[in-house]
Amino acid sequence: MKADAPTGRGLYKAHQKVYAREVGGRFVRLRNMAVVVLLGLYYGLPWLQWNGRQALLFDLPARKFYLFGLTIFPQDLYLLTWLLIMAALSLFFFTALAGRLWCGYACPQTVWTEIFVWMERLTEGNRSQQMKLDRGPWTRAKFARKFAKQALWIGFAGFTGMTFVGYFSPIHALVGKIAGGTLAGWELFWVIFYGFATYGNAGFMREQVCLYMCPYARFQSAMFDRNTLIISYDAKRGEPRGPLRHDSTRVEGKGDCIDCTLCVQVCPTGIDIRKGLQYECIACAACIDACDGVMKKVGLPVGLVRYGTQSELDGTPTRIFRPRILIYMALLGALLAGFAYAVAHRSLVDLDVLRDRNTLYRELDDGRIENVFTVRIINKDQHAHAFRLSASGLPNAIVDSDDGAQAVEAENVKSIVVRVRIPAYQEHGGKNFVITAQALDDPSLQAKSRARFYSKP
Amino acid sequence: MKQGIAYFVVIAVLGNIIAALWLMWWTNKDSGKIPAKDTTHVWDDDLTEYNNPLPRWWLWMFFLSIVFGLGYLVLFPGLGNYPGLLHWSSVSQLDAEDSAARAAFEQRFAGYKDKSLTEMSKDPTAMATARNLFALNCSSCHGSDARGAKGFPNLTDQDWLWGGTEDAVYQSIAKGRENAMPAWGPAIGPEGVEQVLAYVLTLSGRQGPGALASPETIAAGKTRFETLCVACHGPDGKGNQALGAPNLTDNIWLHGGSVDDIRETITQGRINHMPPHLERLGETKVRLLAAYVISLSPPVAAR
Repeated sequence: MKADAPTGRGLYKAHQKVYAREVGGRFVRLRNMAVVVLLGLYYGLPWLQWNGRQALLFDLPARKFYLFGLTIFPQDLYLLTWLLIMAALSLFFFTALAGRLWCGYACPQTVWTEIFVWMERLTEGNRSQQMKLDRGPWTRAKFARKFAKQALWIGFAGFTGMTFVGYFSPIHALVGKIAGGTLAGWELFWVIFYGFATYGNAGFMREQVCLYMCPYARFQSAMFDRNTLIISYDAKRGEPRGPLRHDSTRVEGKGDCIDCTLCVQVCPTGIDIRKGLQYECIACAACIDACDGVMKKVGLPVGLVRYGTQSELDGTPTRIFRPRILIYMALLGALLAGFAYAVAHRSLVDLDVLRDRNTLYRELDDGRIENVFTVRIINKDQHAHAFRLSASGLPNAIVDSDDGAQAVEAENVKSIVVRVRIPAYQEHGGKNFVITAQALDDPSLQAKSRARFYSKP
Repeated sequence: MKQGIAYFVVIAVLGNIIAALWLMWWTNKDSGKIPAKDTTHVWDDDLTEYNNPLPRWWLWMFFLSIVFGLGYLVLFPGLGNYPGLLHWSSVSQLDAEDSAARAAFEQRFAGYKDKSLTEMSKDPTAMATARNLFALNCSSCHGSDARGAKGFPNLTDQDWLWGGTEDAVYQSIAKGRENAMPAWGPAIGPEGVEQVLAYVLTLSGRQGPGALASPETIAAGKTRFETLCVACHGPDGKGNQALGAPNLTDNIWLHGGSVDDIRETITQGRINHMPPHLERLGETKVRLLAAYVISLSPPVAAR
């Protein structure tokens, strides 16, 4: 909870911009690395090609998702659900283990804000220069700096929006359309919408997204316990805080915190970590870097603000392997193994069998009984195959079709009308049986589907 | 909508908007009563709830929602019987999308207008679409494989009730067909039915069991056939496509070929109805379907 109360009396307060001071250190380097890697992946992946097509493409109109060598059909959508469950469990696991790692290093909100803040520093200078600029009157120089910042932001946001659409619509053609000025319809809408969302969230909303909008920010604290790594201020060592003497020595009886407030100035959400764990803290570790730098300068040991656990601060040992962690690990491991198995053993052929709706059965002139089915063969393989259809579980049944060899193109679906026929009066009433589609060139490539045969009662 | 209900809706909608506005004004004003620091709730000895105010832009979003809502009510129907400036309705949207889809379809197949049905029946692109049209509009009676069922003709054989020419097939689909065979049971009695049945079976080279096989019965049936049935089925029993009277000599039976089925047909008569499709589907689709039906029964020489 926030310790300092608002000074006003209403239910709303005006937003005050957080000017975060630039800081250097090992966690900043780690975070910058995460920014480069994650944004590099985001902007780079749509350009990769695979077997003559875009390696990563979510083709919504065709209902096909291409993931390198894997083509996901709507029938495989459970894999996506599975993936999302694993993502949620990983979030729980890493949060229980080491706090809000996601928020500090990997969340798109954090990552894009970092880039936008960097552009702001590039054009408007450091923290105090920015504050001075905003306070000052609208001069030509101020306008030029603000204009440069907006130009950078909008350009980058537009590029982000284009890349986003590039995951759903082939990016080479998309760039051609943008260059030729022929972009229209939904593509144009989503480029602008996603670009605007990036611009607004990373340029203006920033920490407010985490504070007022993000549900994960709030429920991640439910996964914390006394052994979770959090950004913590060692109050035992730091308090009572106080500034150094003029000759840079400590006042007798004071703690290690010299009350330089750098930890507050570098905080992207504008909190004071010395007040303890707060919901606003996104665990970016900027304050750790800031404090370590100061401690080194004044000749005190680093780690006054550090990754620590509540147990450690209380002087009791930290338990890493506690039931919560072990259960998350076991669940995650089992799901991962199952997912790998499901992907590896995914059937490349699917079969749907639909009975004709009007008549149960048809009696031929010679007394044989015929049922009509529409069979859909879904070939998810990257090669065309010819399939043979056969019936089992129904003695003497013949599968007949007007279409001849059932050649299905690569990654395609074909509907075939078939007649299943049995000799006169062999079966009475209904009987379940199985229709099998088997590739002629690869007998292991097959799919089965249950169907029901009706004959005279 | 009745006038009274319309007024109620208008009052309820506008009243709600005014109430929402008032609520926003009320929560935004400095009441002086709410303590700045916390809400004075305390649980479990030391848990307190602070008064953490919302950012003011949140309030603007509420106002924006109201502006949006008012704009919506001006443009779209929402206030009683007022239709909105855009005169939008779900029916008008459906009509617009439907006619757009029809126009796109017509345009796609505009190139086939001058082609004969036989030419179309050999065009794979046209037949791929026609196949889907058949599945959608025809298969519920004629079956997905077009081989029909009892009472619904098989479209893949060479036997045509109303003729297999381009024009006849087109007419069958566009205008529909209606046909009835009268019930002969009351007129000629069970004995007469047996006689006609015995003779009709021989037309397809078949012979019924028991008494149906006796030459006297067959001869009596022939006599009855030549007075009663020839009018439609012709003296040789080969039917008449102008009337839609089936050929009785090819052992193809629309209403079932078993002895019991044929007896029932003669005794009780049959009524068959093929609905017209031109008005519902339009010229282009009917032509596609006619071409598809022709493609199912290529001329005998090609088989």
